[in-house]
Amino acid sequence: MLLELSNISKHFGAIQAVNDISLSLEAGQVVGLMGDNGAGKSTLVKMIAGNYRPSHGTMRLNGRDIVLHRPIEARQFGIEIVHQDLALCDNLSAAANVFLGRELRRGIGPLRVLDYKAMYRRAGEIFKELRSETRARDLVKQMSGGQRQAVAIARTMISEAKIVLMDEPTAAISVRQVAEVLHLIRQLRDRGILVVLISHRMPDVFDVADRVVVMRRGRKVADKPIAETSPEEVTGLITGAIEGG
Amino acid sequence: MATTLHQTIERRQRTLGGTILANQTFWVLIAVILACIFLSFATDSFATAKNLYNITRNVTFVAIIALGMTLVIITGGIDLSVGSVLCLCSMVLAVTMHAGYGIETGIAASVATALVIGAFNGVLIAYLGFPPFVVTLGMLSVARSLAMVASNNTVVFEFGPDHDKLLALGGGAVFGVANPVIYMIVLALLTGFVLRWTRIGRYIYAIGGNEKAAIATGLPVRPVKVCVYMISALSAGVAGIIQTGWLGAVTTNIGAGMELQVIAAAVIGGGNLAGGVGTAFGALVGAALIEVIRNSLGLLGINAFWQGTFIGSATILAVLFDRVRNFRQSE
Repeated sequence: MLLELSNISKHFGAIQAVNDISLSLEAGQVVGLMGDNGAGKSTLVKMIAGNYRPSHGTMRLNGRDIVLHRPIEARQFGIEIVHQDLALCDNLSAAANVFLGRELRRGIGPLRVLDYKAMYRRAGEIFKELRSETRARDLVKQMSGGQRQAVAIARTMISEAKIVLMDEPTAAISVRQVAEVLHLIRQLRDRGILVVLISHRMPDVFDVADRVVVMRRGRKVADKPIAETSPEEVTGLITGAIEGG
Repeated sequence: MATTLHQTIERRQRTLGGTILANQTFWVLIAVILACIFLSFATDSFATAKNLYNITRNVTFVAIIALGMTLVIITGGIDLSVGSVLCLCSMVLAVTMHAGYGIETGIAASVATALVIGAFNGVLIAYLGFPPFVVTLGMLSVARSLAMVASNNTVVFEFGPDHDKLLALGGGAVFGVANPVIYMIVLALLTGFVLRWTRIGRYIYAIGGNEKAAIATGLPVRPVKVCVYMISALSAGVAGIIQTGWLGAVTTNIGAGMELQVIAAAVIGGGNLAGGVGTAFGALVGAALIEVIRNSLGLLGINAFWQGTFIGSATILAVLFDRVRNFRQSE
């Protein structure tokens, strides 16, 4: 089991944002995390990404207990988050964004300069692997929503991530671009990465996810293979029309 | 499907020629060259060795500070204090040497002053979240006042035992090229190198492009910002040292209003006050255009009162290119 959450809770003062959640997630899976606004999805994901520390419960990665104090520590464990606003620099090239903060350099000792060639080549290879039309030298400013997602995802790939958390990657982009992003998510899964997909969009989750976890008022109300459920049932679980276990 | 995808990836979105034609710095450079050609024919005095020597030397002081300012502007900031910092650093140098210390001590004191001021600006802006405009506006006032205090508002023109060394530093020439020009070229190459080939240069652009993203990615945003304000103040200090050597005297009103010329040079050369854009070469080209305009008005016998109109119009016109391009892109 790649990631195991045991009895994780998080409260902010009197507010119980996440209540006693246990999850076991395997590598090479896409897990849709669904729930209404305020259901606790973001809080849960932020605990996995190291933004918050759980009030109770433990997290295990590959069978080892981990405690995350800061996002950078999560990254060192191979946990990457792709933010909703993508956090890209419009004025830089795709390759520059992919390698931002981890620039490749050449030279000896203190006399090292940015290795443009290697970064363009490596970024180009990643986009090719993702089968994305993104070009490494283009400025992000000129890119479509789908291409920007590819840049954000490529960033997680150079870090050899094991877990990629995606926050609403298909919100606010066109239909064609949604297909592109779902395709990127499958590419990540096929590389053996665990993808946790937070989404409001039912069709996307049913299109790409292997499993769906539904949260309601901080609790896990369902956790089942996508083949054993339906959009109607999930909608009912989200709204509370169907009582989950 | 596979072939079309492959073709799309192979196709360069913009050709090299297209990139150059869309570049503001390129058009300003063309304007400078055309102006020089025109002036060579229209006047007898422009294309003389003496006038060209003067132009190249005059351009250096604004250009050197514009290099530092460009870094600040790329991060999305502004430094209004550079004119006063130039004055204070000149005065610290002058007073120190006047008191009998050597040129090395004078320069060290001057550079240290610049770095302390830059660090002060930077820490307030980066760590305490002050708006750059306010902090550097305050420093504009403080630095000039300190220069008056340091000199008791007198003119300093005797620089102690190393008097001649200082004058040679700023007023000399090597193979017919004025010393300040050589310093400018070296500093421009250094700035260009840092911006293009180092990580800190990359981070400066990233901060200007999307500061939140830079923070989320874990870049050292605050230290880099302190660093650019220190470099900006340092560039003003260096310009002050060179200018002192050239003028041979320091008054408390040197560099007054210079921050506006410097910002104009950076913006004319392609810097964008919204952040994320600018180059070292652009700063030089922008400073050159301002100096050529100023020089040519004199040579053409146009009343000096018109200077501001021409330089101001050039600033607006240069940015117009950028706006037109953006309008076309957004449509």
